[in-house]
Amino acid sequence: MTTAVKPVSFLHDKLTGAWGKNAVIGVPLTFLLIFFLLPFLVVFKISVSEMDNVVFKDLFVWADGVLQLRLKLGNYLFIALDDLYFQTYLSSLRFAAVTTLVCLVIAYPFAYFMARSPADKRPALLMLVMLPFWTSFLLRVYAWKMLLADSGVFNNVAMAMGLLSEPVKMMNTPFSLVLGMVYTYVPFMILPLYANLVKMDLSLLEAALDLGATPWQAFWRITVPLSKSGIIAGSMLVFIPCVGEFVIPELLGGPQTLMIGRVLWDEFFSNNDWPMAATVAVVMVLLIIVPLALFNKYQAESTAGGRA
Amino acid sequence: MVTAATVKAPPGKEGAVPFLQIRRVVKQFDEVFAVDDVSLDIQQGEIFALLGSSGCGKSTLLRMLAGFEVPTSGQIMLAGKDIVSLAPYERPINMMFQSYALFPHLSVWDNIAFGLRRDAMPKPELQARVEQMLELVQLKAYAKRKPHQLSGGQQQRVALARSLAKRPQLLLLDEPLGALDAKLRERTQLELVDIIEQVGVTCVMVTHDQEEAMVMATRIGVMSEGKILQIGRPSDIYETPNCRFVADFIGSVNLFKGTVDIDEADHVVINSPECLHYVSHGITGTAGMTVHVAVRPEKMTIQPERPQDDERESPEQVGFNIAQGVIKDLAYLGSLTTYHVQLDGAATVVKVTHTNAARHDASQLTWGDRVYVWWCGSDVVVLTG
Repeated sequence: MTTAVKPVSFLHDKLTGAWGKNAVIGVPLTFLLIFFLLPFLVVFKISVSEMDNVVFKDLFVWADGVLQLRLKLGNYLFIALDDLYFQTYLSSLRFAAVTTLVCLVIAYPFAYFMARSPADKRPALLMLVMLPFWTSFLLRVYAWKMLLADSGVFNNVAMAMGLLSEPVKMMNTPFSLVLGMVYTYVPFMILPLYANLVKMDLSLLEAALDLGATPWQAFWRITVPLSKSGIIAGSMLVFIPCVGEFVIPELLGGPQTLMIGRVLWDEFFSNNDWPMAATVAVVMVLLIIVPLALFNKYQAESTAGGRA
Repeated sequence: MVTAATVKAPPGKEGAVPFLQIRRVVKQFDEVFAVDDVSLDIQQGEIFALLGSSGCGKSTLLRMLAGFEVPTSGQIMLAGKDIVSLAPYERPINMMFQSYALFPHLSVWDNIAFGLRRDAMPKPELQARVEQMLELVQLKAYAKRKPHQLSGGQQQRVALARSLAKRPQLLLLDEPLGALDAKLRERTQLELVDIIEQVGVTCVMVTHDQEEAMVMATRIGVMSEGKILQIGRPSDIYETPNCRFVADFIGSVNLFKGTVDIDEADHVVINSPECLHYVSHGITGTAGMTVHVAVRPEKMTIQPERPQDDERESPEQVGFNIAQGVIKDLAYLGSLTTYHVQLDGAATVVKVTHTNAARHDASQLTWGDRVYVWWCGSDVVVLTG
């Protein structure tokens, strides 16, 4: 071979070199540093600060030739020891988990049939999944209020048809909260699942049938395990925002539903206790990030040496 | 009589009830007949190859055997039982897929055990069977690997082991070696036949590669446009093709279009623009009929001088089956050389292959040489279709 390989373009050349690789990784990394890590550090700083009326005291105090670092851990102790916070975190995780599960149960068949529908119909179905995003999220959640209220559409229609003698209480219950969150987040479950299922090699299912698996067995033994990454991605996209969700519990959840997002709001804006609010936020981030990091590590290990 | 090649059962199986009977099977997709009234008998222990170019319906036929397609009409009988109404997972038939379709999330061991587990085979028996299969394809050391950690050849062997693990009554191979490179394919062909014969399973394979079909199969069915044109042993198909399509599809062939001049019981004379043909056997045809004379390139002799009369097959053939021309092209392929000879007085270019038996051929023919091309009347096939 004597002909030199011509570079596709200057950009291609740059992007494939070591410089390019660093740039490609560096851009999102810088973004995360500036817009995630720095604010998080600010929040963390507030959470360990002492208040002097309305201003935060400095963490570092220079006095008599001694540099002192003053961390106020009282808020963390308070959260660890106060049962209410513990219950709230637990309740948030539980609501998020239930929502994720319901989303999965609804989204999986939906994504499955979307992925198996004729190729020319898929873009339209995909469009329908994203259609709710065209109206304001707040409007859509408010609409549920109208539907679910004691004298709302559902109760009125049911009573007019004689199915109910008196209205069933749906608003401001765990039911309305989960319904609202499922309604809002189900597209985030459908999309990664669909992306995964549509790529699946259908000859694998034929091979399973050929080897004696019924269609149901083939689904559980082949389709579901192979869509694991889609299930995980979808679950995270639903679970994580649900844990800290504020608007939906505020509008649909009623006063007695315990969600950490509302506690956060109360600490910031009702109690004006910024260090406490910051502490609540930091603990929430840790609650989500630590299991995620462990899970990621496990995932990386189990796929190490895998597909190139 | 060289007519539609007589369908021969494999040796020693004469008169046996066919193990697999395909009866007038039709498969229609919308307006298109993918498989058009195909009937086929396959004996136990045979390796039968469905050979044809892509879109000829061979894969559709195979998928109907596996149960992935339902025939529009017709019957498929396996060991005397109609299996058309059975779902794929109810059939005692296993298939090796073209792309192997190995389960990427399962190890080699679990891939092979997949079918056995669906039958709820007891554990000790299952373990023994999987071990046996791994041994058969010599992959014992790779049991714990995932499919993507194997080479193409190894994946192919896992696929074979998986499809044999349930001891199917019928094994289907869909382009079994299509995904392998040429060198590996040659070795794997015989290896695959070895394993299939060791197990003794009846086998139907689909391929577009005539060499693969000829090396592996006991019998071949040549398909085109949904129909089976000819069924026979590889040598039958090659030496006595029953129509122009088969003659042209299997190997290469020189075709001369001509009319029958003399039609005797023991010989025929055919007049074509290139030369007079003497065919030393009778044909089903009448004088005046338009036919094609087919001569394989390796059955032709090429030389600079006119052959002596006593070199010819029989005295009657002197003056027949001979043409003069100029070498237009040649392809040196090592073991043999292919000459393209432009015949005098006709647009016809014939292909002649010459085996390079001696290292340095004294009579090196080259471009532009005037040559004689001649052949024997008994090596000729007359095609009426």
